[in-house]
Amino acid sequence: MQIIQTDLLCIGAGLAGERVAIEAAENGFSVICLSLVPARRSHSSAAQGGMQAALGNSAMGEGDSPDVHFADTVKGSDWGADQECARIFVDTAPIAMRQMAFWGVPWNRVVPGEQTYYKGGKPFTAYEKPENEGLIHSRSFGGTAKWRTCYTSDGTGHAVLYTLDNRAAQMGVQVHDKTEAIALIHDGETCMGAIVRDLKTGELKAYLSRATLIATGGYGRIYRESTNAVICDGGGMIAALDTGVVPFGNPEAIQFHPTGIVPTDILVTEGCRGDGGTLLDVNQYRFMPDYEPEKAELASRDVVSRRMTEHMRKGLGVKSPYGDHLWLDIRHLGEKHITTKLREVQEICESFLGVDPVHQLIPVRPTQHYSMGGVRTNKDGAAYGLKGLFSAGEAACWDMHGFNRLGGNSLAETIVAGMWVGGKVVEFLAGTDTTFNTAAIREAYEKQAARIQALIKGQNGNENVYAVRNAMFDTIMKGAGIFRNGTDLTESVTKLQEILQRARKVGLRSNGLGANQELALALKIEGMVKLAQCVCYAALQRTESRGAHTREDFPERNDRDWLNRTLATWANASDDLPTLNYEAATKVFEIPPGERGYGGGKIIPMDNPPQATPAGKKA
Amino acid sequence: MARMLKFNIFRYNPQDPKSVPHMQSFTIDETESMTLFIVLNRLREEQDPSLQFDFCCRAGICGACGMVVNGRPGLACHTKTKDLPEEVTLMPLPVFKLVGDLSVDTGTWFRGMYQRVKSWCETKKVFDPNAQEERMDNALAEKIYELDRCIECGCCVAACGTALMREDFLGATALNRVARFMLDPRDERTEQEYFDIVGTDEGIFGCMGLLACEDVCPKYLPLQDVLGRLRQRMAFAAVNNILPSFLRKDVKL
Ligand SMILES: Cc1cc2nc3c(=O)[nH]c(=O)nc-3n(C[C@H](O)[C@H](O)[C@H](O)COP(=O)(O)OP(=O)(O)OC[C@H]3O[C@@H](n4cnc5c(N)ncnc54)[C@H](O)[C@@H]3O)c2cc1C
Ligand code: SF4
Ligand code: SF4
Ligand code: FES
Repeated sequence: MQIIQTDLLCIGAGLAGERVAIEAAENGFSVICLSLVPARRSHSSAAQGGMQAALGNSAMGEGDSPDVHFADTVKGSDWGADQECARIFVDTAPIAMRQMAFWGVPWNRVVPGEQTYYKGGKPFTAYEKPENEGLIHSRSFGGTAKWRTCYTSDGTGHAVLYTLDNRAAQMGVQVHDKTEAIALIHDGETCMGAIVRDLKTGELKAYLSRATLIATGGYGRIYRESTNAVICDGGGMIAALDTGVVPFGNPEAIQFHPTGIVPTDILVTEGCRGDGGTLLDVNQYRFMPDYEPEKAELASRDVVSRRMTEHMRKGLGVKSPYGDHLWLDIRHLGEKHITTKLREVQEICESFLGVDPVHQLIPVRPTQHYSMGGVRTNKDGAAYGLKGLFSAGEAACWDMHGFNRLGGNSLAETIVAGMWVGGKVVEFLAGTDTTFNTAAIREAYEKQAARIQALIKGQNGNENVYAVRNAMFDTIMKGAGIFRNGTDLTESVTKLQEILQRARKVGLRSNGLGANQELALALKIEGMVKLAQCVCYAALQRTESRGAHTREDFPERNDRDWLNRTLATWANASDDLPTLNYEAATKVFEIPPGERGYGGGKIIPMDNPPQATPAGKKA
Repeated sequence: MARMLKFNIFRYNPQDPKSVPHMQSFTIDETESMTLFIVLNRLREEQDPSLQFDFCCRAGICGACGMVVNGRPGLACHTKTKDLPEEVTLMPLPVFKLVGDLSVDTGTWFRGMYQRVKSWCETKKVFDPNAQEERMDNALAEKIYELDRCIECGCCVAACGTALMREDFLGATALNRVARFMLDPRDERTEQEYFDIVGTDEGIFGCMGLLACEDVCPKYLPLQDVLGRLRQRMAFAAVNNILPSFLRKDVKL
């Protein structure tokens, strides 16, 4: 067994993992980041829009402040957010953005004078102050009172991740890419590192560390249709859940986007509908006005996604080899508009579909987009349940997003939480030593080695891993899709219990040697089914509608009974259901629960509404 | 529609003592809007689960899926089968170390490159968290981003005659990276320091200027321009080095 030792092991080298890594390296600690792919291919690079920070430099951002950003974030979360974390986030975001500028991000900057911008497809002019020339500019994103989304053209995630990875390389952070953490090493109290499979050779190794960070991003790939990269399969969350003591916070909180293209589920922007695009069914009939006479296609993301699904369930979707879909029609916007204002959409359609949206319809369907839930941590990013284990980024439930995250807040979260949690990891490393329990290391290693042998030899059975995965896909989408109800969820929970049994009987059809990718999936399929079960089971219990969690049979947001966070643990590996506990959504209220101001919906109020605790006078 | 497509795919698993490099053929029925991403995943799930290849974003953004498609390096995820003939040959990218079948190790190559060109802003300044950000002209920010768009897919390196012949050649992607930092006022390196990195045969003077790199770059980076300007600037720097100091002058890109 090869053993590699370091002070901090970051499982994940996206924005969150690398930002924490840099903090530790700058403070003189040794750091290794693991990643399934070269760091710069991490999914963070795919974010195009931008990241929020209340800099208030631009004309449309004037008067912005962390307080306004805070209010938007808490409202957006439908009061599911931990308000202490949201406060840390909004206060730190401007510093984090400026630091990224210092390290080399080519942010777009304020150009003084009269400028033409667009809102709802219509141009308007705004005057940018000469004294702000050259400061970081910002653009508009949904759900925000001010324009505060910092951006680099249409490649924000790319530019920021490349800059951060440059900084990491400069600071001597090691990235071991094409490596996959498949289990944590722990003794039930302390985390001591991870068992890792080398994805170039297939070799199994033990990484020992005084502090371990899970920053593996989202787990969208437990859904068949997802905008996420194919590597967003929840590996970090699976390893955490597997310990039996680390809880999965708010697994049921999943965000969907209405317009992923079919077949590959790449996102096309909301701008298509904003500018006047319409949705059509199999008969090329525009159905949205029947459901939402007022707003039609312009209702909020979750509403449109729900109506589309409802319509397809009536059999009015378009059949395709890739499943049902609907049409997005932007032809009437005309060639000029499409080739200028919606250029990116046209490029996606041509490059990936061979469709020309000036003359043809675009096949779309609602698609999984973001996971608000994850490894539950306290406000310092320390995971519940194991000492020495931390988490940050989309993998974590730090929990500033509650039940619905705002566009631009997740990319910002990665570097802001990375900076903050990084500081806490440094404090931890400075003050704590670990003894490495050799029995725990050997046991963890041998357990994984035995699993691999059993899969290769077909000792557990010969279930086909892809068939099991497909069964999971069908089941989770039926129960825990865009809208949910008791009947479907109950059916999904029962089915997933059966599918879990099948996942335990997977056998390989290939020889499993080297970087074998069938083996990689076989090693995590049981964990993926468990994640899917956490989502469905928690969604079944939560008898209310909050943010992205929409129960048709319980349309109200119920603050009386459900202003809390789900904590799912998998107590025994052989269980077929998780154990659910709950904690208060937030200990501190700067803003007591109220209306979001959009999306409508009834609220069942709390019996004893909390008092606001002004910022600065925190408990 | 309804063509039957034939794929000849390079197969070799270096970790399997029984494996020898060979070509293997697969047939698959073409479906609507099919891309190589769909083809390869279907082949692995339905026909041969040992098939190795890499995708990540499957949206042309991350650079993971570079491979040689009918002789030409490109991104597999945005290659549509309808633009291909009925018979297609897929090979792994050359230059990079083979992991297995169509999968190569670009990570190690690019990490080596960052260290050689010091792919970061070299500065003596220290970040002040209480200060406003330093200003930058928006046009300059956009110019830097234009060169920052490289996704490190490795296609330009795989297509480059010099890179195929000499292992230590930096390649268009590295030279582009250097040009990006030369533009950036936050990077305080001198002309001489840049010259030490790229003013050699492993750098700009090894480039034969045939521009296969620009032809295959899926992000349409202006590599021809970058290489031309870099060569010019480094030639000046070389001349300046042998001139007495009173005759030297800084030439701006
Ligand atoms: C199409 C799209 C567009 C988006 N646009 C925006 C936007 O405009 N603004 C915004 O705010 N947000 C946006 N988001 C969301 C945002 O991009 C992500 O939430 C964020 O980038 C996540 O960063 P991360 O560092 O947490 O994880 P990631 O960047 O996903 O990194 C995860 C890392 O973990 C590694 N890893 C995973 N599993 C393992 C394992 N088992 N072992 C070892 N390593 C592992 C991976 O290799 C990778 O390095 C978008 C998301 C999508 C899908
Ligand atoms: S122009 Fe230079 S870098 Fe580009 S392919 Fe030719 S030799 Fe290589
Ligand atoms: S320069 Fe172009 S071809 Fe070369 S690695 Fe970058 S994106 Fe790929
Ligand atoms: S998979 Fe990301 S570029 Fe092809």
